[in-house]
Amino acid sequence: MKVEYDVIIIGAGGAGLTAALNAKKEGAEVLVLTKEYPTRSQTCMAQGGINAALGSVSKDSVDAHIANTLKSAHGEADEEAIRFMCGEALNAVAWLDSIGVCFSRTKEGKIAQRTLGGASAPRACYAQDYTGLKILHTLYDKVLEAGIEVQSDRFLLDILVDINSSVCGVRILDIRSSEVLEFNAPSVILATGGYSRVYDKNSTNATASTGDGIAAALRAGAKLIDMEFVQFHPTALKNSSILISESARGEGGYLLNSQGKRFTNELDPRDAVSRAIHTEILKGEEIFLDIRHLGEAFIDEGLPQERKLAKLYENIDPVYELIPVKPVAHYTMGGIAVDHKSQTNIAGLFACGECANHRVHGANRLGGNSLLEIVVFGKEAGVNAVEYAKSANINEAVERKSSLDILSATTNELDFYAKREEVGDLFYKYVGIVRTKEELQVAKNEITNIKANITNYGVSDSSKVYNTNRIEFLEFINMLDIAESIINAALSRDESCGAHFMAREL
Amino acid sequence: MKVSIKRDDAFVSYDVDVEGVTLLSLLNIIKTKIDNTLSFSSSCRSSVCGSCSMRVNEREVLACSYKVQDGDTIEPLKNVTVLRDLVVDMDRAYSFNAKAKAWMHSQAESISLTPEDEKINELQSDCILCGSCYSACPVYAVNGEFLGPFSLTRVWKYVSDKREEGEQEKLNEIQVNGIWDCTLCNECTLVCPQGISSKADIEKLRMKSAQYGFMDPNFGSFGGGFGFDGSPSF
Repeated sequence: MKVEYDVIIIGAGGAGLTAALNAKKEGAEVLVLTKEYPTRSQTCMAQGGINAALGSVSKDSVDAHIANTLKSAHGEADEEAIRFMCGEALNAVAWLDSIGVCFSRTKEGKIAQRTLGGASAPRACYAQDYTGLKILHTLYDKVLEAGIEVQSDRFLLDILVDINSSVCGVRILDIRSSEVLEFNAPSVILATGGYSRVYDKNSTNATASTGDGIAAALRAGAKLIDMEFVQFHPTALKNSSILISESARGEGGYLLNSQGKRFTNELDPRDAVSRAIHTEILKGEEIFLDIRHLGEAFIDEGLPQERKLAKLYENIDPVYELIPVKPVAHYTMGGIAVDHKSQTNIAGLFACGECANHRVHGANRLGGNSLLEIVVFGKEAGVNAVEYAKSANINEAVERKSSLDILSATTNELDFYAKREEVGDLFYKYVGIVRTKEELQVAKNEITNIKANITNYGVSDSSKVYNTNRIEFLEFINMLDIAESIINAALSRDESCGAHFMAREL
Repeated sequence: MKVSIKRDDAFVSYDVDVEGVTLLSLLNIIKTKIDNTLSFSSSCRSSVCGSCSMRVNEREVLACSYKVQDGDTIEPLKNVTVLRDLVVDMDRAYSFNAKAKAWMHSQAESISLTPEDEKINELQSDCILCGSCYSACPVYAVNGEFLGPFSLTRVWKYVSDKREEGEQEKLNEIQVNGIWDCTLCNECTLVCPQGISSKADIEKLRMKSAQYGFMDPNFGSFGGGFGFDGSPSF
């Protein structure tokens, strides 16, 4: 068996690249594999900021950051992990600053900070409204400097496990050639992102957020936790689910129903505002975001992206018209269970970023804590994976079925694209903002049914070259496994908690 | 609406009953409902990931931020290997960032930035590496070793950062097949979805290089040679 690498990282977003830089720094041979290119991940879509109690603008403390995070988590968090993350936040931001991230500045030359929902102080360090983009690209520049090998267009099929139930590598599909590749290493880090695309078009996320790493981990025997906690963002554009940033409400935007009446406190936490909107929609109301009173000059200076996106996707100009909005799936708190070393229950398999569940967000994530999480725990995963690899002995993979095998049994009588959209709508309706046991059961039956008949679906495109039809079908299969986990987790939690809201009656 | 899409060697025409949508939405309709074999890249749908750059009527656009029109002709980017249909191999363009050593070389710890300093390279750090500029660049079209627009913009991003202590080291890397090869035609600026002007950044890098005593090697061939002060003598 050829073992060329100490650490293989799947995913090249903020978490994966941070893990790669830290693993390399520890002297490891590192390989990064991504199904896209290293700057095209979900991380680039993060706008708001990264939390750290720097106190640049007004008094703040690590303790306050911990308290806010714990409160938002609704008792479903690991306090020790939160303490660690909030404490490390100062180092994380200092490190990002030192590698050249162009953070916005105060007049005194400090890193500028703004207040996001649920924070007791201006705590989110930002780079205009491109915080995630600028962090991601700077990390990528450093990855180039470190000479880390990154291979793009590589889709994760399976996590390989040896006779001792330890990780020994990964099986990958080369999207460009359809060749199946295997890479061996004693440590594998999953940094593959969340699973909001289970909600299909009812999600703000990039189309790549299909939970491939979580599904592969599940197949390999990893434990998932808190899968029922899905955060719905209150204001996405109605037709396209494109995110209209929380800053639109932060700057004074109102939410109105069809009668032009306000119906909620716009600055409540995301889960509460989403539920308020949901209730109105059930009454037959349409919901609009009104920023007209802010004026054209202010909108162009403070919310230029919002104006551009509303014009493009809704054919309306928010300077003169109301913006039609709805709440959609935005962030998934659940994921692969990890310990304080970011290791899963499979020896040598680590996870960080949105695919992992370090239990720092609990039942409701605070804005500004996800960019923080990927940097803090990306580092931990990278360092700990190297430490583990030093003493690990790996064997040949136990012969296990490839997740690609299913393709040869498919008949392609049914259209999975139509079904993917149906599942997204079903989830939005029945596994959404407000849930009932009966509706969850309906959704469960439907998913069970699709899974049982999966071979009736299939791929029309037989090309070996860049076959996205095949990749999208594999993603669909991954999402079905995840959909099942979400529903099972939701059914086993009777009580409402944060983003998981159970209605007593229909 | 009818559009024509370049697929491998031939244009294929699609008639889709839809209006007022982005090109990406149209491509998704074709892919999922009409022809599953159509290949293109996309991800964020909101113009920040750089995946869906392509050409419409011979002009570079992001499919997610362009409203498709009846009669449009859609092609992959130029000056790049087409993998399939509208999907191109970005590895080569990406490799120029490594070649140009586009990262912070060494950072001064004592310097703090003001909001004015932040503005110096704010625009340059908006780059999404979509590759539109390489597609439009006539120099890159004939010289495959030219470092190209987005990597030179990225070098300027770091050179102009007041904290960067390794200015000269950074400038060293861009003298050959770099800033002096650009013809300042401005095509890169016209197609950039983020409003970045690599041409302007290249001009700034030239001025900065001149301050460090680097010279435009092209002047040498005019036969006049150089004066002892480094300025060209015609």
